[in-house]
Amino acid sequence: MDSAAPRSTSALLLLLLLLLLLRAERTRGAELTFELPDSAKQCFHEDVEQGVKFSLDYQVITGGHYDVDCYVEDPLGNTIYRETKKQYDSFTHRAEVKGVYQFCFSNEFSTFSHKTIYFDFQVGDEPPILPDMGNRVTALTQMESACVTIHEALKTVIDSQTHYRLREAQDRARAEDLNNRVSYWSIGETVALFVVSFSQVLLLKSFFTEKRPVSRAVHS
Amino acid sequence: MRTLRSAVLRGQEDRRRAVVTAHARSAPGRTASPGSEAPARACAPGEGREMAGVGARGRLVMGWPVLLLLALCAAGARGLYFHIGETEKRCFIEEIPDETMVIGNYRTQMWDKQKEVFLPSTPGLGMHVEVKDPEGKVVLSRQYGSEGRFTFTSHTPGEHQICLHSNSTRMALFAGGRLRVHLDIQVGEHANNYPEIAAKDKLTELQLRARQLLDQVEQIQKEQDYQRYREERFRLTSESTNQRVLWWSIAQTVILILTGIWQMRHLKSFFEAKKLV
Repeated sequence: MDSAAPRSTSALLLLLLLLLLLRAERTRGAELTFELPDSAKQCFHEDVEQGVKFSLDYQVITGGHYDVDCYVEDPLGNTIYRETKKQYDSFTHRAEVKGVYQFCFSNEFSTFSHKTIYFDFQVGDEPPILPDMGNRVTALTQMESACVTIHEALKTVIDSQTHYRLREAQDRARAEDLNNRVSYWSIGETVALFVVSFSQVLLLKSFFTEKRPVSRAVHS
Repeated sequence: MRTLRSAVLRGQEDRRRAVVTAHARSAPGRTASPGSEAPARACAPGEGREMAGVGARGRLVMGWPVLLLLALCAAGARGLYFHIGETEKRCFIEEIPDETMVIGNYRTQMWDKQKEVFLPSTPGLGMHVEVKDPEGKVVLSRQYGSEGRFTFTSHTPGEHQICLHSNSTRMALFAGGRLRVHLDIQVGEHANNYPEIAAKDKLTELQLRARQLLDQVEQIQKEQDYQRYREERFRLTSESTNQRVLWWSIAQTVILILTGIWQMRHLKSFFEAKKLV
């Protein structure tokens, strides 16, 4: 019992070790859509290893003039990317310093329009779907390389679908906004029309009503 | 012995939940398979190499792996994180087709005012997760612990809103009102766990690749159906705007003419009464 304990312990340790060492370059990242209120700033942080390439794509979907400020800072506090009032952009960078990188979106220049922003932050390369696929010693067979080609092509298709979905969302938001605006302005203009015509008549009537006592006094 | 085993099991459980996604939507192949990535994700890089040296020594250093494992799995950054205030609510929008599964994982860390550092884990701190469908109906509204995983499947296509807010008021007293939330949301076929599927259906590597391609294609099909539905909505909105502009313009012109006629008639009768005309 006692001798078995250290053996199973060491087996577990070895397993742990193996799992830890299997870690290769890993993909991390997130794709999120959030709402940024007016005069606000929101920051996101991610831990990046040294030498790993990361990319940030962002797009403003709704709100105001569809623009936002964005900046990316490395762990030492240097600003490695800064853009103001951009509608969409893509930024790639190879991390020189290991640590927490932060990227922020700022709507501080706007006083009343809140914006919906989509961003996609990718770190590293894509991992294989099975752990041991990455440690191949032989070349891929024809079937496998065909699968890889199809996979890459489908990824492009899905990327393009996302791009179109975002643009469509933007256009649809504008169209719905326009629809509402037409209603409100039309009602407003009708009301203004009535108000103006009534007050014109009343004003004219008031000019002529005052003169009457004066003319009668003159005649008498 | 027991502590080590439970620590390992807990570590594996943590890793299974530590799904760090790659691109949730546009790179479906980048599915985070917990088996391969979890250990890496859960633990900081330098400490892994430390573990290697410690490995085979025996009972004396048995305590080390446990501590290291705990430290690694607790302190490792699980991907993207952001800071949230005490009663602040953070909402994220996911525009998805129908019958799509969404899995979200989050982990919270409280700010320790004295040590000026984020504590690795905070039991007792809860987050309230609320999910609304495109019509505004609440799909999911539940309280989770400081670390949680929520799942829902969309039944209507459109923009779903996922809102998180902390339910704890202790934060203001102990934490200086700051909470770090690690969040990861996976949509559709990114939520698939390929090693699990391979094990369950006993698929070879090639069959698994084919399965991944099938999933990707299915997602593309769903997205295209959704696109058709969106385009129809867009078209209805545009046609409605067109109709409104047309009818309101006609109505306003008619009202203008009628008002003009009324004005002239009223003023004429007024002046005739005053014997000025």
